[in-house]
Amino acid sequence: MDTTIAAISTSLSPSSISIIRVSGKDAISITNKIFKGKDLDKVKSHTINYGYIVDNDEIVDEVLVSVMRAPKTFTMEDVTEINCHGGIIPTKRVLELLYLNGCVPAEPGEFTKRAFLNGRIDLLEAESVMDLIEAKTDEMGAIAINQLSGQVSNMIKELRNEVMDVLANIEVNIDYPEYDDIEQITNKKVFDKLNNIKDKIEIILKNSENGQLYKTGIKTAIIGKPNVGKSSLLNNLLEEEKAIVTDIEGTTRDIVEGQINLNGVILNLIDTAGIRKTNDIIEEIGVNKSIKMIEEADLILYLLNNNEEITENDIKLINEIKNKNHIIIINKIDLENKLNIDNLNLDNVIKISIKENTGIDDLKNKIIELFNLNKITNKDMKYLTNARSISLLRQSLDIVNEILSNNYEDVLIDMLEIDIKSLWEKLGSIIGETYDDELIDQIFSRFCLGK
Amino acid sequence: MKYEIIVVGGGHAGCEASLACARKNHQTLLITGNINNIADMPCNPSIGGSAKGIVVREIDALGGEMGKNADKAQIQIKMLNYKKGPAVQALRAQADKITYPKEMLKTLKSTKNLEIKEAMVEDLIVSDNKIKGVILSNGEKIYCDALILTTGTYLKADILVGNTRRREGPHGEKPSNYLSDNLKKLGFKIKRLKTGTPQRIAKDSIDFEKTKIEYGDDTYHTFSFDDKPNYKIEDQIPCHLVYTNALTHKIIRDNLSKSSMYGGLDDIEGVGPRYCPSIEDKVVRFADKEKHQLFLEPESLYYDDIYIQGFSTSMPHDIQEEMVHSIVGLEHAKILKYAYAIEYDAIYPTQLKRSLETKIIENLFTAGQINGTSGYEEAACQGLIAGINASLKLEGKEPLILKRNEAYIGVLIDDLVSKGIKDPYRLLTSRAEYRLLLRHDNADLRLREHGYQVGLIDEERYQKYLDKIKDIEKLKEELKITKLKPTEEVNNYLISLSSAPLKDGISLYDLLKRTEINFENIEKYFKFDYDDEIKEEVLIQIKYEGYIKKANAEALKMIKLENQKIPDDIDYQKIRNIASEARQKLEEVRPESIGQAIRISGVNPTDISILSVYIKKEYRNEQR
Repeated sequence: MDTTIAAISTSLSPSSISIIRVSGKDAISITNKIFKGKDLDKVKSHTINYGYIVDNDEIVDEVLVSVMRAPKTFTMEDVTEINCHGGIIPTKRVLELLYLNGCVPAEPGEFTKRAFLNGRIDLLEAESVMDLIEAKTDEMGAIAINQLSGQVSNMIKELRNEVMDVLANIEVNIDYPEYDDIEQITNKKVFDKLNNIKDKIEIILKNSENGQLYKTGIKTAIIGKPNVGKSSLLNNLLEEEKAIVTDIEGTTRDIVEGQINLNGVILNLIDTAGIRKTNDIIEEIGVNKSIKMIEEADLILYLLNNNEEITENDIKLINEIKNKNHIIIINKIDLENKLNIDNLNLDNVIKISIKENTGIDDLKNKIIELFNLNKITNKDMKYLTNARSISLLRQSLDIVNEILSNNYEDVLIDMLEIDIKSLWEKLGSIIGETYDDELIDQIFSRFCLGK
Repeated sequence: MKYEIIVVGGGHAGCEASLACARKNHQTLLITGNINNIADMPCNPSIGGSAKGIVVREIDALGGEMGKNADKAQIQIKMLNYKKGPAVQALRAQADKITYPKEMLKTLKSTKNLEIKEAMVEDLIVSDNKIKGVILSNGEKIYCDALILTTGTYLKADILVGNTRRREGPHGEKPSNYLSDNLKKLGFKIKRLKTGTPQRIAKDSIDFEKTKIEYGDDTYHTFSFDDKPNYKIEDQIPCHLVYTNALTHKIIRDNLSKSSMYGGLDDIEGVGPRYCPSIEDKVVRFADKEKHQLFLEPESLYYDDIYIQGFSTSMPHDIQEEMVHSIVGLEHAKILKYAYAIEYDAIYPTQLKRSLETKIIENLFTAGQINGTSGYEEAACQGLIAGINASLKLEGKEPLILKRNEAYIGVLIDDLVSKGIKDPYRLLTSRAEYRLLLRHDNADLRLREHGYQVGLIDEERYQKYLDKIKDIEKLKEELKITKLKPTEEVNNYLISLSSAPLKDGISLYDLLKRTEINFENIEKYFKFDYDDEIKEEVLIQIKYEGYIKKANAEALKMIKLENQKIPDDIDYQKIRNIASEARQKLEEVRPESIGQAIRISGVNPTDISILSVYIKKEYRNEQR
């Protein structure tokens, strides 16, 4: 790692400030070459310095440069951060000047990779840097920071220690078969301990699913027959909460129409593109398509018109959503009640009038209640937030379940031990304590440019 | 005088080493301090035990001598961990301390190409970092092409009792005072180690009424795959069990400062074995234990010494008297030999290649306690490998390197050269990651091919092994095609065995997978004309098929990492981002592969990531 790397670490948009990060042994001297102001080679570490970036004598941009010397930096190398104020074009020119003076473009994820390779952060922490960059709400950021500070690593370490205790006990009994003064760890005891470990993993996984909501958001589908008020509801929610992005392509092939921040959790309103254009969603795409949307969504908002009688299609679709997170919204309560649903035994019913803007808060509170959003506090966020960690923990749970599916009287202790050891290693791979070549490549290829 | 190979030291490592070389038709000289001490058992009167018993089987599979010799000398034998599963079962025999060395000496003397000489080696003849011979204490020079040092605990040996230190080897033998200094001059790093042995007491002074009797097994066993049992179950000599008590512990605690290891001597450098602690250590470290087990083991049929296994100590004699007499059953015991600790020099085993050749002197091999191990079996297997590899080297062939998934011997040697040692290394089953593959029963299936390839297994024994493999496959095939039908009689029988009744026909192969079903159960319906040994092997392979597959998959991952080679000329100073402890360890061990590097203690997964990134990218760039 002899090179000095540079990249724009904020998203390149016409925002007011862009930050260019430079890391490597020549970070300060290269920056100094194009900086007009104090001599950066001589300023104290961890200072912010005002001045200009110049190309020969021409001023390119007015900047603030943070100078941070190794080892107390994110990469444990010398780092400068140039805050550019002039928008996209000057920022790009500053970057080009850095390249001309000896920096090389950072590969995807290279800053984090260096931090990892220099021993600054562990694997799980490296991953959470990614989450932090992608964080769209403060709560998401809080979880990522939590993971960065190693709290989650500690939690997995504790679990691993418990597994190690079981292993150590088994091995002592095998190695010193005739010493009856060492606790004979019977299968029963092993199973009791594993049951205990299983409970703990399950709790973390359950918490993690909620944590996952912070990251990916809740896929929400608004369904109902024409003119029931779907687009009005969408617009009402979006306007009030100020849509964060519109028309972005999600990770799946879903079109996300808009995103709403609800208690720090993102509601992704999916596949509603047609609503505003045609107003005829059920007629046009049919009941079957609606069923498909229901299958894919985490939350279904089903709209009924207070002023009309319920249809066969409504009853059919309401049946489909019964086992999913759903809210049945009766709109147009300002009009006369013609809807009779008393004999349908529905739960999660909210009455609103979008026209008069009543009941919208009840709807939001219902969503919060459904997903326990008020219980997710970022103070004690001991859970995993990325898919890799969760999947590995799930695999760990599978191993425990496989062991426990045996009758404890039938299994031989040294066979059990093989599975318990693989459990220990699986847990280790979550926090990078089990070396895995492919995993490291895979993770770094995920990192975006700049961090 | 010139020999092809010289072996220095006639203990368990030296015997195996010299036999292997001579049997591979190399002119071999075994130099020992005292010919009457060949294959001596200065500590416990037993061969085998947990993990160690499997090593003895491996030695036998490769064509070594220990298993055969133990079969000749055993006076009691049993299978340990019988109920804990096939992967941890191991044989242990009480071996007669007169018969064992006598039989081994007989074998050595009758082996072609092997001479034995009584002498002390003081220095090595080395030129251009290549071994040329040895210099004896009388100044005589003997030349050789390869040298194997198996000096045991004799390098600068000191016997420690209470506050006394005497320069002598076990049984008052002459120690080797100069060799380790000369090794140091050649550039070897030397480490001081310590071990100990308990008292021997007179058999007729023990009150056996107050002890618990421990018999051998009532089934027949042999260590060697080629031996048939030649003993009678009823002739086996039992051991006896006694316990320490509060009084014993009080005596130890009150006199702790008199123990050599706890202040009696202030110049102790040697590190004692963690896994074979002295009774002082046990009382101090496990203060809450009310009692510790002690086994009374007969040393020989030809004299009356009884070994008190578990009571090793370096207390002064008067305290030892008190300690022994505090034990129920030993109130009037007469101590024939006092317990002592012994301190000796060893070389850091990270200075060895996996062939057991030293890295700095070509054709110099070391094996046994000089490499920092403890135990007869650990020594013997290294001696065998050093003997094989010294011979192969002279023959211009690649060394025999056993992998961790192939043999406990592979685990032991890889641990030594990769991890080094802090205290005398004892083999434990827990050191083997793939121990389900490294079983007592399949040692021949794992290793006999190697033994044949290196020339220690003759055609006749090899053919027997090939026949065994054939029989195993044949029997498995027959079990797969033979089906049991769900008749009422069959189902009633299954129910009587607490086994689920059948709905459809089932192959015997699948039926045997049931925990509660054994060969004798299915032989109620179908007879199979195979040796018990074959049936046992097949049964294990069927019953644990799933687990064996898992273990094989794990082993494959390891092999993949072993195949990621680290270039010989890598300069660890150039990889600037690894932790300094890791750099130092990597520099010291110079692992051959990423797989080996992972096992070095002090090298973390992060360091490995950096190392592999460096090899993949920067090292290659530098080569361009």
